[in-house]
Amino acid sequence: MAGPSIDALGQFRLSTGLGPLGAAINFTNSNEAMLASAAIIVVLFVLGLRSRAIVPGRLQALIELLYEFVRNMCVDTIGEEGLRFFPLVFTLFSFILLGNLLGLFPYFFAFTSHIAVTLSLALFVFAFSTGVGFYTHGFRFFKFFVPEGVPVWLLPLLVPIEIISYLSRPVSLSVRLFANMTAGHVMWEVFAGFMLLLTASFGIFGAFASIVPLGLNVALVALELLVAGLQAYVFAILTCLYLHDAVHMH
Amino acid sequence: MGSNPSITSVCYKGAENRCMNESRDKDTFEQRLAAAQDKAGMTRPKANEAQSGAGAAQKAINLAMRLGVELVAAMVIAVVIGWGLDRLFHTKPWLMVLMVPVGMAAGLRNLVRATGSKTGNRED
Repeated sequence: MAGPSIDALGQFRLSTGLGPLGAAINFTNSNEAMLASAAIIVVLFVLGLRSRAIVPGRLQALIELLYEFVRNMCVDTIGEEGLRFFPLVFTLFSFILLGNLLGLFPYFFAFTSHIAVTLSLALFVFAFSTGVGFYTHGFRFFKFFVPEGVPVWLLPLLVPIEIISYLSRPVSLSVRLFANMTAGHVMWEVFAGFMLLLTASFGIFGAFASIVPLGLNVALVALELLVAGLQAYVFAILTCLYLHDAVHMH
Repeated sequence: MGSNPSITSVCYKGAENRCMNESRDKDTFEQRLAAAQDKAGMTRPKANEAQSGAGAAQKAINLAMRLGVELVAAMVIAVVIGWGLDRLFHTKPWLMVLMVPVGMAAGLRNLVRATGSKTGNRED
């Protein structure tokens, strides 16, 4: 078909950033977005906590809000010893949140829409929480896979189920974030491409009719903003849940 | 916990002994603050009451999304393990066939775990 077509997945294509130097070391636009989100977090925190006022200003209030939100999440989910893991959870939360939010802007790259990124984050969380489990309980952590109070003859059936259930954690953790971000961006692209198709096929009437997909896209922005925050929250709280399991073993 | 940012921010101030005094007097201070806020009519309505039907629907959708992924993830892992073991032992397709029901059961286990009171909304 001639004319414009909908290329919904083209937005996730990686290209090299930072000019010839970036091309030489395969520094992609995804890496650029990661660096940008990390830099924005650091700059925001340095600026916001510079004054350390008793009555916080806007930026400081925002940062304290974030801090207390994640801190309460840690303490409520893991328990008092959860504060040990607060830096990890807070780093993950702010990094993913900024990545999701940056990806919402036109011409920006949403690095959380790549399974390679989310799966590495999830595998790290998985390996870390397993390590915490073995560190706190030693080999008794294997009892995590043995459900309590079941007859012995059922164990050969139940232990593989528990192990697979445990192994599926990084998959569900990463797929959830990746699928939500990808789906949102694909929907945007589809509706936006539909506007071009309408205009190309029906001329001036199509241009008027494309107000409908435009309105849908505007509504989608609000939805995606919600999803961006929510998925960062879900990732952080599931990290807390896994750490809780590792620390308390039930 | 001190959910009011202005209370905790005293501790950022750096003055160590003052921070400790502050945390010792925190209970009485929070009581006085709550009383003062009550008197000034500043107490906010509980967040739960403010949550409308839209919020509940959103929560339900999120739960459904989460559960779907949980169910599929266990299945995927089980099939991948079975496939890998088949390649290792040259027993195509039997171990994979064997792992499929195990994966289904593990997916259901994930569901129970995600929705059940034991690990879903932990109160313990």
